[in-house]
Amino acid sequence: MDSLNSLLDGFGTALTPVNLLWAALGVLLGTAIGVLPGIGPAMAVALLLPVTYGLEPTGAFIMFAGIYYGAMFGGSTTSILLNTPGESAAVVAAIEGNPMAKAGRGAQALAAAAVGHFAGGMIGTILLVALAPTVAALAVDIGAPDYFAIMVLAFIAVTSVLGSSRIRGLASLLVGLTLGLVGLDQLTGQQRLTFGSLQLADGIDVVIVAVGLFAIGEALWVAAHLRRTTGEAIPVGRPWLAGADVRRTWKSWLRGPVIGFPFGAVPAGGAEIPTFLSYVTEKRLSRHKEEFGKGAIEGVAGPESAASASAAGTLVSMLTLGLPTTAVAAVMLAAFQQYGIQPGPLLFEREPDLVWGLIASLFVGMVLLLALNLPLAPLWAKLLRIPRPYLYAGILFFAAVGAYAVGGEALDLVILLLIGLIGFGMRRYGLPVLPAIIGVILGPAAEQQLRRALQISDGSVTGLVGTPFSVAVYIVIAVLLAWPLLKRLVGRRRNVTA
Amino acid sequence: MSTRTTPADPGAPAAPGSRTWLRDHSELGVSLLLLVIGVLVLADALTMPLDLAQRGPVGPRTVPLAVGTGLLVIAALLAVDVLRGGRGEAGTGEDIDLAEPGDWRTVLLLAGVFLGNAVLIEPLGFPVSGALLFWGSAYALGSRHPRRDPLIAAVLSLVTFYLFNNLLGVPLPGGPLMGVL
Repeated sequence: MDSLNSLLDGFGTALTPVNLLWAALGVLLGTAIGVLPGIGPAMAVALLLPVTYGLEPTGAFIMFAGIYYGAMFGGSTTSILLNTPGESAAVVAAIEGNPMAKAGRGAQALAAAAVGHFAGGMIGTILLVALAPTVAALAVDIGAPDYFAIMVLAFIAVTSVLGSSRIRGLASLLVGLTLGLVGLDQLTGQQRLTFGSLQLADGIDVVIVAVGLFAIGEALWVAAHLRRTTGEAIPVGRPWLAGADVRRTWKSWLRGPVIGFPFGAVPAGGAEIPTFLSYVTEKRLSRHKEEFGKGAIEGVAGPESAASASAAGTLVSMLTLGLPTTAVAAVMLAAFQQYGIQPGPLLFEREPDLVWGLIASLFVGMVLLLALNLPLAPLWAKLLRIPRPYLYAGILFFAAVGAYAVGGEALDLVILLLIGLIGFGMRRYGLPVLPAIIGVILGPAAEQQLRRALQISDGSVTGLVGTPFSVAVYIVIAVLLAWPLLKRLVGRRRNVTA
Repeated sequence: MSTRTTPADPGAPAAPGSRTWLRDHSELGVSLLLLVIGVLVLADALTMPLDLAQRGPVGPRTVPLAVGTGLLVIAALLAVDVLRGGRGEAGTGEDIDLAEPGDWRTVLLLAGVFLGNAVLIEPLGFPVSGALLFWGSAYALGSRHPRRDPLIAAVLSLVTFYLFNNLLGVPLPGGPLMGVL
C-alpha cells in the first residue's frame, strides 16, 4: 500500500491553495480550449511553455494536466452542439451527440458526455495509481540500450500507426530529427548545421519548434481555408439525465475505460482509435441498435469515457518510461526538459512530490471539471461566438510572446515563422505533425543514449540488444513494422477459408 | 492507378511540362525540399573536422549521416508515391473549409505582419509591436471594426506585457512607450 500513502502525500501537495489555483486555472483554460475551434490542448500547452521560466514545476504540470483533461471535456461540447469536432478525440461524440441535440436532447447528450469523461478520467487515474509505480519499479534498472530502444519504438510507432501514409510520417520524423541536430553536439561540442551562426549554435529551442508547428502552422493553415459561414450552435438547456438515461448509460461509462486506458498507454495515435472502438462496441451491445446514427445516448457515453481514460493511459507511459504517445504528452515532455527533469522510471524516486502531486491533482481536476461542465455547458458554448479573426490573431500574438520569451531574441521570431511555414506546408500536404515534434524532442536524447550504449559495448552493435528489456522492445518494433504485411497475410488466409 | 513509372527524380518531371500537371503534382515540391535538406545534412556532416576529440566509437557524424541518408531515401520514395497517384490528406478542423480555394493573400499578409513584429519589437517595444501584430492579423483575417479592433489589440498587448514582464518575470522590451507611462 505504498502507492496509497504516496497518493495521500500527493493530495497534501495538490490541495495547497496555490496548487488548487493552478488546477482550477488549468481546467478552466482546458475547457475553453476544448470548446474553442482551431486550438487544441497540444497547441495550448505549447503556447504556455514559456510560463515554465517563471513557475515552479509542480504548479506548471498541474496546470498542463488540467488543460489536457479539460480539453477532453470541452471538446465534446463543440461536437454535440455544432457537429464540427476539432480534436480528433471528439469526432465520435458528434456521430450520436449531434443528432440528439437536433432532436432536443442536447442536454442529455452533454450530461452523458460530461459524466462519461468524469467516470473515464476517474477510473483511468485509479489505474494510473495502481500501475505506474509497478511499471516504474520494473523499468528502474533499465540502461542506455533500453532507453534507446524505447525511443526507437516511439519513432516507429508515431510514424507507422498514426498516419495513413508511412512515407509521409517518416518524412515528418526526419524533418524533426534534422531540426533536433542543429546546434553543438552534446558530447564533443562539434557544431552541426549551424552554418557558422552563433545563434544557431545554441540549437533551436524546442519551445519555438512546438509553438511554430502547432500554433503558427495551424493558424496560417486555417487562414488559408477559413470557413466563411460559421455554424450556429444548437441552443440547449442545463445538462441533466433522467433515470431511464442513466440505466442505459452506466455500463457504457464503465466499459469505456477498459478500451481507452490501454490504447492511451501505447503509441497508437491517442484517443482516436479507442473512441471509435468504444463506439462500435456500444453499438454492438446496445439493446437500442435502431437508434444508432439517430442519437443513441450510449454512443456518446462510452466513447467519451474512453477518451478521458486514454488521457490517463498516456500519462502512465509518459511518467514511467518518458514515452510520449500523443502530441500533448510530447509537449509536456518538452516542458519536463525545460526544467531539466528526466521523466522515466527514476522520476518516481527522484521527484515523488511532483509526480504524486500531479496524480492527486488529476482527481481534484476531475471533480472541478464535472462541477464546471455539468451546470455550465450552455455558457461554455457561448465561446463559439468569438469572431474568428480575433481568435486566430490571438493565437499568432501569444505565439510571438512565447517565442520571444525564450531568449529575448527577435531572430527567434523569424525562426518561429519559418517553422510555422513548415507546419503550414505539412498540413497542406498531409504530413502528420506529431512525428516531427517527437523527433525534435527525443532525437537528441536518443542519440545520446545510442552513443552511451555503444561506448559501453565498445562499439559492438550487440550492445544495443544486450538486455531482455531492449530485446522485447525490438520485437514490438518488428511487429509494428511488419504489421501491414501480417495483415495482408491474415486477410489472404481469411479469403481462402471463406 | 497511374502507369507512370518515372524514376524518382523530383527535380525534373519527365512528363509534358503543362501547368495542370505541375499543379496536380505540386507535392513533388515536398520531395524536392526533403532532397535539399538531406543533401544539406550530409554535406554538413561530411565537412565536419575530425580532429576533435571523439569520445566513444560513435562520433558526432554518425547520426547526421543516417538522418541525411534517410531524408534522401524518403524523398525518393515520396516522389514515387506521388507519381503513382498518392496524395497527402490535407489537414482538417472546425474552422477549415477545404472546398474554398486556398487564400494565399491572407497567408502572405499574416506572414508579413508577423515579420513586421519581429522587426519592430526591439525599437518600438512589445506593447506597441504586439498591438500592431494583433490588429494587423485581425485585419488580414477580415475583421473591419475601425474602433473595436485597435482597442482590443492595445488592451491585450498591455495586459500581456504586465503579466509576463511584471508578474511572471519573463522580460519583454518595453520600448519608449513604457518609458513614458
